[in-house]
Amino acid sequence: MRAPATDLPIVLQDVSYRVRDTAILDRISLSFVPGAPTVLIGPNGGGKTTLMRIAMGLVEPTGGQVSFGGRTGVPPTRRAIVLQRPVMLRRSVSGNLNYALAGAGVARADRAARAADLLGTVGLSGLEERAARRLSGGEQQRLALARALARDPQVLFLDEPTASLDPASTKAVEDVISGIAARGIKVVMSTHDLGEARRLAGEIVLIHRGRVLESGPAGEFFAGPRTQEARRFIGGELLV
Amino acid sequence: MQTDASALQLVLGADPALLAIVGLSLTVSLAAVGIATLIGLPLGAAVALLRFPGREAVIVTLNALMGLPPVVVGLAVYLLLSRSGPLGSWGLLFTPQAMVIAQAILVTPIIAALARQTIEDLWLEYRDELAAMNVGPARRLTTLVWDARFSLVTALLAGFGRSAAEVGAIIIVGGNIEGFTRTMTTAIALETSKGDLPLAMGLGIVLIAIVIVINALAWFARRAGERLAG
Repeated sequence: MRAPATDLPIVLQDVSYRVRDTAILDRISLSFVPGAPTVLIGPNGGGKTTLMRIAMGLVEPTGGQVSFGGRTGVPPTRRAIVLQRPVMLRRSVSGNLNYALAGAGVARADRAARAADLLGTVGLSGLEERAARRLSGGEQQRLALARALARDPQVLFLDEPTASLDPASTKAVEDVISGIAARGIKVVMSTHDLGEARRLAGEIVLIHRGRVLESGPAGEFFAGPRTQEARRFIGGELLV
Repeated sequence: MQTDASALQLVLGADPALLAIVGLSLTVSLAAVGIATLIGLPLGAAVALLRFPGREAVIVTLNALMGLPPVVVGLAVYLLLSRSGPLGSWGLLFTPQAMVIAQAILVTPIIAALARQTIEDLWLEYRDELAAMNVGPARRLTTLVWDARFSLVTALLAGFGRSAAEVGAIIIVGGNIEGFTRTMTTAIALETSKGDLPLAMGLGIVLIAIVIVINALAWFARRAGERLAG
């Protein structure tokens, strides 16, 4: 019997993305492999979001190639992404989840149990009938995570999942992310928060002006950054 | 003062002639809005979501047609349905069906244009999220229409308001025949010209009351729905 196809590793080879004369990404080569979360760090506008959208399959690169488990052109059925500002559908919490579950092909009879399980995973049990748009920012972020998990992804991309959340909400979201990673789902996320990167990352990728300046295991990166830009960034200087 | 009292007597006494006129008015208006919804809603959604050459011209045309002059529509439908017209063999001129056709033509652009704007606004908001959820075109359309349903009610109400208040088109194609094609608005016009102000005022009171009640019901339904859905 043949093993089920996996989207991992996701390999970006010489990937570029240009808008007219501006290079958003410039010949990036990277691999996302199974294991602890990969955290993309770097200043705003460096290309982190575009990189994740390309790796998710939402955006076609203008140059280079992306492969998923050695295959190209794989539809994103086992990949999911939570956008930086997730939009809640104009439905209740359970309505949002049921929508995602239906899209993932979960049978109607199984949706209630799956929804209850997912809401438990993200700590939103008891809020099923609440209008999703009336949740707090942190709760909306966790509902977005649950919606993404409804697709039973192998890879989960998170675009600055804790941006503009207070410390308590950030902790709640980080706990959910750690739980997701512990279940064997590959997490690829971006953040500005170096503390968050230290807490969650197994691997770090520093991106600036559309190029990867440095990448490697998080422990090595923080203990002994190889490039001057990385040292400056870790030291709290502004990379412009 | 005497005119006001007589008008109230007609309304409160449920005068049979008055009830017949009110019934026909509601039937014609609701049928026209129903047909216009079936045409205008998918049309508006299609223009909101599809990209095709001449799309902006279609949007401008739809918006402009919201101000269609009723008498011009009435004249066009009259020419179509008259005995020597292309659809004369249908025998619809001076029937309620002809009035429904004329009003549906007037209301369709209103519903289509307002639906287009509503769905396009929601599409701009949902676009990235639905792409992230890998939602295909058909489900995208149903999602947008469903999630915009409370706003779309406003488009239907605007259409109903237009048809309920309209007189120019239906008086041409309906003929204002007593007991057959006489509606509230055509009766008000006729009775006023005859000097029968109590009936005209009674009908006016009923017309305004109906429009207020329908709008109030829609408003409260929308508020209740929004509380649940957000």
